[in-house]
Amino acid sequence: MSDALTRPPQEPAPDAGVRATDEGRTLDALTSQEYRYGFVTDIEADTVAAGLSEEVIRLISAKKDEPEWLLEWRLSAYRHWLTMTEPTWQNVKFPPIDYQAIAYYSAPRPRKQLQSMDEVDPELKRAFEKLGVPLEEQKIFAGVAVDAVFDSVSVATTFKGKLAEMGVIFCSFSDAVKEHPDLVRRYLGSVVPATDNFFAALNSAVFSDGSFCYVPAGVRCPMELSTYFRINAANTGQFERTLIVADKGAYVSYLEGCTAPRRDENQLHAAVVELVALDDAQIKYSTVQNWYPGDKEGKGGIYNFVTKRGKAMDRAKISWTQVETGSAITWKYPSVLLMGDDSVGEFYSVALTNHFQQADTGTKMIHIGKNTRSTIVSKGISAGRGQQTYRGLVRVMPQARHARNYSQCDSLLLGDRCGAHTFPYLEVRNPTAQVEHEASTSKIGEDQLFYCQQRGISPEDAVSMIVNGFCKDVFRELPMEFAVEATKLLGLSLEGSIG
Amino acid sequence: MNDDSPILEIKNLHAAIDGREILKGIDLTVRGGEIHAIMGPNGSGKSTLAQVLAGHEAYTVTDGSVTFRGHDLLALPPEDRARQGVFLAFQYPLEIPGVANTYFLKTALNAIRKHRGLPELDAMEFLALIRQKMKLLEVDPALLQRAVNEGFSGGEKKRNEILQLAVLEPHLAILDEIDSGLDIDALKTVALGANAQMIAADGSRRDDRAMVLVTHYERLLNYIQPTHVHVLYKGLIHESGGPDLARDLEREGYARFGFEDELAGTGAR
Repeated sequence: MSDALTRPPQEPAPDAGVRATDEGRTLDALTSQEYRYGFVTDIEADTVAAGLSEEVIRLISAKKDEPEWLLEWRLSAYRHWLTMTEPTWQNVKFPPIDYQAIAYYSAPRPRKQLQSMDEVDPELKRAFEKLGVPLEEQKIFAGVAVDAVFDSVSVATTFKGKLAEMGVIFCSFSDAVKEHPDLVRRYLGSVVPATDNFFAALNSAVFSDGSFCYVPAGVRCPMELSTYFRINAANTGQFERTLIVADKGAYVSYLEGCTAPRRDENQLHAAVVELVALDDAQIKYSTVQNWYPGDKEGKGGIYNFVTKRGKAMDRAKISWTQVETGSAITWKYPSVLLMGDDSVGEFYSVALTNHFQQADTGTKMIHIGKNTRSTIVSKGISAGRGQQTYRGLVRVMPQARHARNYSQCDSLLLGDRCGAHTFPYLEVRNPTAQVEHEASTSKIGEDQLFYCQQRGISPEDAVSMIVNGFCKDVFRELPMEFAVEATKLLGLSLEGSIG
Repeated sequence: MNDDSPILEIKNLHAAIDGREILKGIDLTVRGGEIHAIMGPNGSGKSTLAQVLAGHEAYTVTDGSVTFRGHDLLALPPEDRARQGVFLAFQYPLEIPGVANTYFLKTALNAIRKHRGLPELDAMEFLALIRQKMKLLEVDPALLQRAVNEGFSGGEKKRNEILQLAVLEPHLAILDEIDSGLDIDALKTVALGANAQMIAADGSRRDDRAMVLVTHYERLLNYIQPTHVHVLYKGLIHESGGPDLARDLEREGYARFGFEDELAGTGAR
């Protein structure tokens, strides 16, 4: 069950991590672990020259053999994007992005038409192995179907057969456009409109691929669906598009896990994830994100500007659970539109910033239906010079009678050069609403560490233990094998951190 | 290391914090089977001595040596001292929210066992062990599932320290003001655990273990009988003796040494 999405490689890369030595047994030394997934796979990439224009969008659409309506959708998104400016309200700093210097399409070029896993490019398979994603037969026993996304294009999809028996569609976005155009057309942009925000509009114009999932009415998806993202080619922005639809009374649990090889130049990632939970449906979306955070000096790393949103109809439930340990900058607010009466939205988040990482993350719970409920549990961990902001909006609309929200935002500081900031926004326009917000900030002290050490526990294990204790409320929301991975990942990210 | 060599040998130990010297030349030899009580008024350096032996990095050793079972103790990081068999029961045990007490203790025990080349205990073996210890110490099993010291009363925290002592079975147990703020029941539990630590299965005194009690008041010594008593004042041991010395202190207070106990009359005397 543990073939996970974020498993650390068995052997660290040769250039990887400096372990804390006796000399540097301080918080500082412990926060200096380097990223262990830094390698580049040498595969010929089919890359479109850098720059963005209508021509490039037409080229992307043509390469993917898309229908006219989708091209038009992209173009209208692009035209709208041209009128927009980058948001500036977030609490992060980065140099201006030159959108004309980015290549908007890159696909690994298969040597021939692939009939089975055996034919997958061995380089590619080795890359997956380094990352610990076995696309092998044992996947069957693991009960996880993997739609592997490698530089924007799906190269292998397993388990289609078993899922198909139950009517579950789980495929790459490109395949969905070809094979299920009606479903895609009906729901694409129905939760995150193409014009929603700067990065969502950019994604809508240039998205390359992603995952699509449809669970028919009344079906409980028999396995946890999982997608594996990895950014590979240099200077290629990655623009994923994920659309998950749970029809009436359906249930699906979806896992998203990520690592990326190290790069010196910043890479832009602007994904869009849309979830649609129709009446009585449930979607559980879990993310473990471990992209390259940049080095100890703050050089390099992924810019992760993501729009994630779900729409819950009557009695439907959407849960977002995220463990964010990577990226140089994270800008991400998985949200739920509680449209239907008695619908439920949940957000459980652990975000870790180390070295020079910056994260501005949180959620939006928009209460529209009656008796809607939302729960927010956010755990922020800052180490090194990491800066972390929780930004959450709870909005209760005038018609949303008896809405309830509970928010809890806790921050843990490791060392004294990092920061934690909390911006809860509450907009309550119905007097019957009950809204609770709790917040705390604490620090791992030398004395707490010393206590653990005095019991024979190494400082690395102690930090890992303390942080995992802090995150417990979130980890228990993760599917079992994911929780194990998250714990390991956090330990790994923290070895270098004093955590 | 032969059988005669002491478990702990402190020679001319000087230690400072923030440039201020607290310990000014401590000499102390503790042999297997011995229980040493270190007494003295507040601020005399008792807790500093305990922290320095355990390796708290806030203190700098400026001179002297500490040998523990033949090893240079001061050369080791705190976790290795613990693994070699030095245990400090904290005056103020720390809270670790979200980490179950049982998980914490199992991690500690296995880290120590691993260091000694012993097989790690699995969950079932550990549970059997800890149940036995809890029964012995009459500790409420509910403590196991709670987060380490989180929301514990003062008495519960001290009982928890003693439970850890009983599970980890160190060669040298240093109990820092273990009696402060305890009611009589908790004090009895603490004494039970401390005494059990020193007694072998056949009822004889273990000669591979020793204990150092740091205490302000002699009350504790009614429950744990020391073999040696030392009076510490301003970073130096002024007088050493047998159990009688503690009784003299009880009768006369610290005044007989020419200094006043700042807290005399306000404590649990």
